[in-house]
Amino acid sequence: MENIYLTVVLSPLVAALVAGLFGKQVGRMGAHTVTIAGVATSCLLSVYTLYSMLFGDLGTYNGTVYQWMSVGGINMEVGFLVDRLTALMMVVVTFVSLMVHIYTIGYMHDDPGYQRFFSYISLFTFAMLMLVMANNFLQLFFGWEAVGLVSYLLIGFWYKRPTAIFANMKAFLVNRIGDFGFLLGIAALLMFTGSLDYGDTFAAAEGIAAAQINIVGDANWSLLTVACICLFVGAMGKSAQVPLHVWLPDSMEGPTPISALIHAATMVTAGVFMVARMSPLFELSETALTFVIVIGATTALFTGFLGLVQNDIKRVVAYSTLSQLGYMTVALGASAYAAGVYHLMTHAFFKALLFLAAGSVIIGLHHEQDMRKMGGLKKYMPITYWTSLAGSLALIGFPGTAGFFSKDALIEAVGHSTIAGSGYAYFCVLAGVFVTALYTFRMFFLVFHGKERMDEDARHHVHESPWVVRVPLVLLAIPSLLIGWPTIGPVLFDDYFAGAIFVAAPHDVLAELGADFHGAFGFLLHGLQSPVLLLAFAGVVVAWYLYLKNPLLPKAIKERTEFLYRLLDNKYYLDDFNEKVLARASRMLGQGLWRGGDAAVIDGALVNGSANAVGWIAGKVRRIQTGYLYHYAFAMVIGLCILIAWFIW
Amino acid sequence: MGLLSILIGLPVVGGLLVLAVGSRTAARLDRWLALAISLVTFVLSLALYTGFNFGTADMQFVERVAWIPAFNIEYYLGVDGISTPLILLSTFLTPMIIVAGWEVIKKHPAQYMAAFLILEGLMIGVFAALDAMLFYVFWEAMLIPMFIIIGVWGGERRVYATVKFFLYTFLGSVLMLVALVYLYLQSGSFSILDFHLLPLPSSAQLWIFLAFLVAFAVKVPMWPVHTWLPDAHVEAPTGGSVVLAAVLLKMGGYGFVRFSLPIAPDASAVLDGFMIALSLIAVVYIGFVALVQTDMKKLIAYSSIAHMGFVTLGFFLVWAILRNTSLADGMSGVQMGVTGAMVQMISHGLISGAMFLCVGVLYDRMHSRQIADYGGVVNTMPKFAALMVFFSMANAGLPGTSGFVGEFLVILASYQANFWYAFLAATTLVLGAAYTLWMVKRVVFGDIANDHVKDLQDMNRREGLLLLILAASVLALGLYPAPLIEMMEPTLVNLITHVTQSKL
Repeated sequence: MENIYLTVVLSPLVAALVAGLFGKQVGRMGAHTVTIAGVATSCLLSVYTLYSMLFGDLGTYNGTVYQWMSVGGINMEVGFLVDRLTALMMVVVTFVSLMVHIYTIGYMHDDPGYQRFFSYISLFTFAMLMLVMANNFLQLFFGWEAVGLVSYLLIGFWYKRPTAIFANMKAFLVNRIGDFGFLLGIAALLMFTGSLDYGDTFAAAEGIAAAQINIVGDANWSLLTVACICLFVGAMGKSAQVPLHVWLPDSMEGPTPISALIHAATMVTAGVFMVARMSPLFELSETALTFVIVIGATTALFTGFLGLVQNDIKRVVAYSTLSQLGYMTVALGASAYAAGVYHLMTHAFFKALLFLAAGSVIIGLHHEQDMRKMGGLKKYMPITYWTSLAGSLALIGFPGTAGFFSKDALIEAVGHSTIAGSGYAYFCVLAGVFVTALYTFRMFFLVFHGKERMDEDARHHVHESPWVVRVPLVLLAIPSLLIGWPTIGPVLFDDYFAGAIFVAAPHDVLAELGADFHGAFGFLLHGLQSPVLLLAFAGVVVAWYLYLKNPLLPKAIKERTEFLYRLLDNKYYLDDFNEKVLARASRMLGQGLWRGGDAAVIDGALVNGSANAVGWIAGKVRRIQTGYLYHYAFAMVIGLCILIAWFIW
Repeated sequence: MGLLSILIGLPVVGGLLVLAVGSRTAARLDRWLALAISLVTFVLSLALYTGFNFGTADMQFVERVAWIPAFNIEYYLGVDGISTPLILLSTFLTPMIIVAGWEVIKKHPAQYMAAFLILEGLMIGVFAALDAMLFYVFWEAMLIPMFIIIGVWGGERRVYATVKFFLYTFLGSVLMLVALVYLYLQSGSFSILDFHLLPLPSSAQLWIFLAFLVAFAVKVPMWPVHTWLPDAHVEAPTGGSVVLAAVLLKMGGYGFVRFSLPIAPDASAVLDGFMIALSLIAVVYIGFVALVQTDMKKLIAYSSIAHMGFVTLGFFLVWAILRNTSLADGMSGVQMGVTGAMVQMISHGLISGAMFLCVGVLYDRMHSRQIADYGGVVNTMPKFAALMVFFSMANAGLPGTSGFVGEFLVILASYQANFWYAFLAATTLVLGAAYTLWMVKRVVFGDIANDHVKDLQDMNRREGLLLLILAASVLALGLYPAPLIEMMEPTLVNLITHVTQSKL
């Protein structure tokens, strides 16, 4: 199997290199052909791997590709660990990537950077595969940073736009803050386990559960708590959890296909994947789990609110991504890792779909993203309309859709959790259901229904997108609607992740749920009676009333709740805080150290100061050398007298 | 004559030859001659790698003849896993510098090439010398070509910069000379290897350590004796900046591992907290200072100081890790620290060299180093922009590039000494990315800022080739550092065993 896994990883890389380095030679056609071929190869082999695991007898693969280096007895290697968790991620990543590749042919049709774009998204696929297939922390970190690099390149793809090149730098730096924590977490684990290998680390986890480290004063902290929280800080950066979520909405400056691929379906789920992968460590620290669940719950609810006041179609979807990532994180904190990863998978399909549909609307309207200038697009763009509806229903968890199964299971699991903070989390995820439904259908109604608010000229040119755009929409709509039915039982309640995800018995909320689980249909019936459905339904109705039935009301509400609206419109003033306080303070500190420390004290006082002092003293001493003989004679006599006095005494 | 003597002698003699030929020949014979000599030196130096015995910590390619018998001074050369990579770095970069100055240097081009060739020979001499006096001669002689390079081909404030550079480094060297003479009086020999074995009382070790510290800290440069570097870089011509950042700074780091640590291990163990503090100040303080620079060369110079902080940090973590009682076995951490520091030296040589070449490419076209004068370079120089972004990412320590390897190892090691060491060292992930990418954003990206940028021509073949070779080596070292590590390992293990045994 090693050759297959190598092919999975390397074919997108080779394709990226060809499209990137020889873009001129291969041309547009060549660039998209070679990259699509590369990703399709990966996708087919990934599906084959997953299929053989589910229906064949393919077991877990854990092997080294090559040794990066070995220092002090610690082996640092590049290698693959392919178990069922990895296989699932491989399929999700390569499938969404393939869809996005095809879609890009239509979306980037007129762009001068066509080849470059294909090269980047293929490179991203390579990096993401390296991340999910790693069998050690070194490679994980490589993939982790490499996806960050490609994200940087792609957000800034349109490098002439000042907003884009600000957003990509911001994304990279905020991610680097996460990586900062991540690296410290890796260092902590290495110190106590003496290995960067997952297997060795997990095997040693029980043994170091009692280990403590000293950080501040004499207080000792549990090593695993510190390590897990540090690792999770990395996840907060990549998976955009509060307060490191600020980069994700701005990343919408990039072209829409990458918003779908990177900033919705795959890269941002790396943090969720990583925590699930590290479940043997997180399970040993309830403090860390509480930290995870509280951060996740806060993200789930409070970024959802922000989605309510956005007018840019992509930003609504972006905030919804943040909120959904919060849901996944809550599941991780509740030890329902499988539910988190399951939601990750369904979300990848329907969120990629929603983004690509948004992109279809944007090209249909000639790069208009403001929802206030849309409306009534249903009749112009039927395929986009119906696939958007599918995505929206999945997002709000409409019974029977993929989102329903994953989200309902997730919420139930959180309800069963007893970890500290789970009460708060349960409230947040429930309230979040209403908010999700409200912003989703606000967007849906504003875009596709109601009055046509675009100007006359634009209306004439509205058109449905070409087939390369429509096909991925349809192909993504199918799993968004249906994939829950066959998968919920096996993935969540039937030991699918046995061996890949570890849950300590007292935390195992999914096992509790599983006791009552009798097939997908039973789950559906059970869901119909839950308050979750009511909340979602209420959200849709409110959205319908506010944006279709009585469209003047939102304005009135906005005026009544001026303060609240401003708070949301300014994203809780977090960006302002970061830019005006943190960034400015850093620059001021830099200026202070430079002008004050380097220029004034070290150079001014010490270096040039001593040079000046030498000059000054020399200037003074020079005066003694007057050149008059009687001065020298006088000095000699005085000196002689002093010496004689000294000796006689 | 041994290989090392040839490697030292060839560029020096060749440099004199280039001087003799001069630049008035029609075919510009001088620069072809200079290139040929530097290439031959490089090819010959590869024999150091191919003929290197990876299994031993002993000195290899040893040459030893009496030089001044009255004082027991010898012509004593040899290399081990520490010095060989540094020599290879020097021979690898010199042809690059010559090509970089190919048609750019208008004033006295033959002398320019000759200065770099002579400098190369002296640098190899510094790394290969095993006799302290021989080392000192090379060490001081090296100042002369460097002084000339900045002073003759430098920018407007070159006189201030050269004097500052010279006084700073010379002051340090004088104290080193005192220490070397003291060691000679104690041991009766100038052999550095004899110094290593010389037992010394703690007070003597302390004074020796301090004397060396001044010499090496200035070279590295460590905070607070770093202020000569930004000035020197800003005024130096491109080639001067490259050699300064890539090789001359490494002399400081080399000095620590060749002299300070093995000769005064007990003093090092006592003063390690102080050294670690200075290193961390270099990383954090200088990181913030780099953030607000408006001159590209100054920014990269400050970034060099911050990166060199990892070198001194890695070397002086040894005792702090071994003192940490919660570790079962600190040796792997110690080895990671020291190895990381060494890798950081090599990697920084490549990356900083490349960054200065990038600035040189821009400077040759625009005659400005000010960030504010640029903007949107990618529009007119796409190939160059791709490479500059690549090197910037390497400078920010992205995994897969050589910049990652050393920092990664040193941060992992520093965690084993103290959480806060690692915490402060790891701030480079954010600070390093911030100052580098902010510069990239303002210089490379954006719409075309002004008419000068609009008229820029992309790299020519000569420039492209240089940067591509460097990019390939940065990538190679980042993806497969094992050969370099294996070359250094026996020597470093031996060094660690040596320095962790008390001499008292």
